[in-house]
Amino acid sequence: MQANRRRVLQGLAQGAAGAFVGGALWGGFLRQSRAAPTVLRPPGALADEADFARACIKCGACVSACPYDTLRLADLGEDAPAGTPTFTPRQVACAMCVDIPCVRPCPSGALDRAMQDIGAARMGVAVLDPSTCLSMQGLRCEACHRACPVIDKALRLEYRHQPRTGVHAFFEPVVDPDHCTGCGQCEHACVMDVAAIKVLPRAVALGRVGAHYRIGWEDDAPVTEGFRQGPAPAAADEAVPGLDYLNGDPP
Amino acid sequence: MKTNRREFLKASAATAAAAAVGLSVDGQTQALAAAGEDQWQWDKGVCRFCGTGCGIMIATHEGRVVATKGDPEAPVNKGLNCIKGYFNAKILYGEDRLTQPLLRKKNGRFDKRGRFEPVSWDEAFTVMAEQFKKHYRTLGPAGVALFGSGQYTIQEGYAAAKLWKAGFRSNNIDPNARHCMASAVGAFMQTFGIDEPAGNYEDMEATDTVLVWGANMAEMHPILWSRITDRRLTADHVRIVNLSTYTNRCSDLADLEIIFRPNTDLAILNYLIREVIHRKAVNWDFVKKHCVFATGPRYIGYGLPRQTFATKAERDTVDKEIRKRLSEDEAIALGLGETDERLVEMVHRDKPQAHWQISFEDFAKGVEPYTLDFVAQLAKGDRDEPLDTFKAKLKQLADLVCEQPRKMVSYWTMGFNQHQRGVWVNEACYALHLLLGKQSMPGNGAFSLTGQPSACGTAREVGVFCHRLPSDMVVANPAHRAKTEKLWTLPTNTLNPKPGTHTVEMLRQLESGQVKFLWVMVANLFQNSANADHWLKAAREMDNFIVVSDAYPGISAKVADLVLPAGMIHEKWGAYGNAERRTQHWRQQVAPPGEAVGDLWHLMEFAKRFTLAECWDEKKVPGAELEGAPKGVLPDVLSAAKAMGHKPEQTLYEVLFRNAFTRKYPWPDAIANGHRNHVAERLGDGWFPEKGLWEEYRQFTLHGHDLADFDTYHRVRGLRWPVVDGKETKWRFSEGHDPYVPKGAGFAFYGPALKAIPTGDLTQVTDPAPTPIGPKAKIFFRPYMDPVEMPDKAWPFWLCTGRVLEHWHSGTMTRRVPELHRAVPQAEMYMHPADAERMGLGKGDLAWVESRRGKVRLRVTIGGRNRMPRGTVFVPWFDENVLINKVTLDATDPISKETDFKKCAVKVYRA
Repeated sequence: MQANRRRVLQGLAQGAAGAFVGGALWGGFLRQSRAAPTVLRPPGALADEADFARACIKCGACVSACPYDTLRLADLGEDAPAGTPTFTPRQVACAMCVDIPCVRPCPSGALDRAMQDIGAARMGVAVLDPSTCLSMQGLRCEACHRACPVIDKALRLEYRHQPRTGVHAFFEPVVDPDHCTGCGQCEHACVMDVAAIKVLPRAVALGRVGAHYRIGWEDDAPVTEGFRQGPAPAAADEAVPGLDYLNGDPP
Repeated sequence: MKTNRREFLKASAATAAAAAVGLSVDGQTQALAAAGEDQWQWDKGVCRFCGTGCGIMIATHEGRVVATKGDPEAPVNKGLNCIKGYFNAKILYGEDRLTQPLLRKKNGRFDKRGRFEPVSWDEAFTVMAEQFKKHYRTLGPAGVALFGSGQYTIQEGYAAAKLWKAGFRSNNIDPNARHCMASAVGAFMQTFGIDEPAGNYEDMEATDTVLVWGANMAEMHPILWSRITDRRLTADHVRIVNLSTYTNRCSDLADLEIIFRPNTDLAILNYLIREVIHRKAVNWDFVKKHCVFATGPRYIGYGLPRQTFATKAERDTVDKEIRKRLSEDEAIALGLGETDERLVEMVHRDKPQAHWQISFEDFAKGVEPYTLDFVAQLAKGDRDEPLDTFKAKLKQLADLVCEQPRKMVSYWTMGFNQHQRGVWVNEACYALHLLLGKQSMPGNGAFSLTGQPSACGTAREVGVFCHRLPSDMVVANPAHRAKTEKLWTLPTNTLNPKPGTHTVEMLRQLESGQVKFLWVMVANLFQNSANADHWLKAAREMDNFIVVSDAYPGISAKVADLVLPAGMIHEKWGAYGNAERRTQHWRQQVAPPGEAVGDLWHLMEFAKRFTLAECWDEKKVPGAELEGAPKGVLPDVLSAAKAMGHKPEQTLYEVLFRNAFTRKYPWPDAIANGHRNHVAERLGDGWFPEKGLWEEYRQFTLHGHDLADFDTYHRVRGLRWPVVDGKETKWRFSEGHDPYVPKGAGFAFYGPALKAIPTGDLTQVTDPAPTPIGPKAKIFFRPYMDPVEMPDKAWPFWLCTGRVLEHWHSGTMTRRVPELHRAVPQAEMYMHPADAERMGLGKGDLAWVESRRGKVRLRVTIGGRNRMPRGTVFVPWFDENVLINKVTLDATDPISKETDFKKCAVKVYRA
């Protein structure tokens, strides 16, 4: 609660329309104080959007440092709080500069100034719409694949037999989130009217395997020698499991 | 395994995301995320769910199963799982996991009208034994019954069968596999003389043609279906045919989909057989060397109950058990002439399993009426499909079947087995394969899939059936009883020769008061049995005592008098046998919660409450006939027992379980590799029950069902029996694969059962003298007959029931997994959009589905995974709030006694 209120007040102080406190505008500011879930942040940004919004002081230093004008400050009425850095890959994607000039001047810790490897950036992750992607229809496009700065790792092609023609193969783009930085070069390069591959924040785009499961072939897990069984499960509290159900209405 | 950065990130992300969406992360899981995975201990295990038999790896930490994964070394699944298998780690930890024995009590004492209260194990067994003894004394072995399971571990099933048959001398023991596999067993025994499939899963990669008969493998055997899919994707000439009464997920991959009217699969098979003969595609070399032709009686009834307990509404269906008027279709299918009587008595109800050898000419005459024209009009299951289109499909199917050299595999499950002519339709499928010589070879064969994880390994192989003994032996055979009595060190004539109550009969006798003690283990009898209202009422309103051993409270526990909390799969040692004869063992990973204990202990602890004197004195068993004893009597064998060294005051536990043989296997044991055994520890008398019982049971198997020793299975990823000289068998009956086939024979269908039969023609026996047929398989002619209940004006729909991928059976486990519950929270009724519209029903509307027997309210769904033809509705049975078995019909296959859950007549209307 406290933090939220503080953010709203900050927004008020820094916003151009801060002097007007009309009801409708106030509502607008409330929305403005939080980024929409689809907003992309610069490399090295704190992973949690709430942490980032709290840390960023909207100084614009990263935007000034970006040599490609990829980064820009969000305007009033955009999905991100006004004054915070963002980028729109379809307009200008991140060039993945090896020296990462954007993170160096950050005074607040919102961006990781010590970041060394742009390949470790996780600005978002590319997501494919297979229903419109030309490659998924069997056409030889793969523009995204070839545009990828981490080609064959972040974005690779999988070959699959094409039963319709019987003599061709599909070249299917497959994103590997373990390598995708979210730079957006793929989205930028996509030849469609509306990109069939898009970068979304990882928290929005990625699923997660249950904590109770591991992919069988990924990590070697041999049978443990000299097994030692842990303690028996703790006794339940006073309630007797199942009792209410069993004494309830008959079937 | 060391915690790496990626694992750490994953764990922290899980915690953060769960907090963000307001889910509480289980406290212990959170702690483990902090601790890291380097403390985890891994061991191999088996998936708890279906008959596929996927191997898994299980991670434990701090006494808790923290994770599982598909075992990359398991040959069946090579590291993959379906989404039920994916949740093996969570099924143990449902909120309402039973942790204490619960007994119905009033004023501090057991009372049938009382409410459940927690009691000690000692009180539970004291009351249970009192109740058992009361009914055992008055009704004898016929008055007590045990309903077991194809989900018992092999050792549990073996112990249950031994306790009931040798200890209590009662054959009233039957598993839920009766509902699942009994028709397959009947056909295996009649056709091959030995149970279980000849082939194995490697047929999927070796075959050219897959016929799927009444099996939604895409959902029910997901990992096997992915193997078939891959075969289809990687070989252009491979063809998949889906034969079903509605469009299911298998149709999506199929090259040919044939939607047929319920029961007409048998007519389609006869059409194919006729085509094979007419097109001269019979493999005469194979048939002459390895097969004979056979048939049996036709008017065998429908396994329906006696009139006495039928309600008024049920009577018209039940009447047909005695006599019925044949339809025009049946008259043609049975080859009747114009003048033959159409009102027929079901005269062969008492001996439906009888069969005799016939000539090929008679066989060919039997299938002759099954022309394309006749079968197409009879079998077309989608009234919106043009007849010509359907005919063209049947012809296309016949072309595939007759093409040589095209390898062909048939797969089936409940569509064939839960069928009023289930044994017949299984046999017709073997007939097709045998005529073509496409059997018992890589990529060629008719393969009966199993539903349950150990329907084969436990229910069938150890003989948890009312008529069976271990390794395909039967109680009615004196030589089989003698062999069993020898291996079990029982006096001669201890075993009861009269087959007991099969599952449906058990329920009917509960209703009639003939069975007054019933113990249900590892199954949910009162949710999984058709015509449920009768049995729910019998359980609560009759003077009887019902015990349920289970891990979670379900419908059966709810109508019981005593509920015993059970340990689950990863909490105990055990073994399962899957559909391809693969036996797989596992060790205990964690302790069960609270007072819960594995089912094996329930059985053995109960056995401690009985002395030999109470069980092996003279017992009355109506209908029992033993040499040297009066009719209807099991003789007193106590003095003979004494001579063998058994004292009358010894308990059944000491004689049957912790005996001289099994005591040779002490606990602890090096094979445990540090793993505990709560059953052995709780017994506390120094033996290793799962190993001792395994080695004792193994003695039964060493002539065709050969199993390896206990320790071997803990070193390998399962072995397919027979295991001879340490080698498993991939294709039985086939030279070069099966060590029991003599050199130079090519094939030998050496199964010993039913290998001497009378001779006759299509309708009767002409020479009753049993003639040996040698190591040959039987090619049966089996005619089409209508189901006993068919839609009419008042009851216009077919109702078919089944499962969905997300849930296992009655949902006691999968409905405790929040993710699976969220994926499919309730059972819905699939129907055709035009049927729904006509009734003013839309997707999500509430409707009643009602039969002569009962009704339930449920939500309608249209489209989605199953697409119904007009006139058919489908309802899955996992949801206890949609107790669809109140609606289904308890007709069975008269030979196998397996219920037909796939067809009855219902009406549907808005709720």
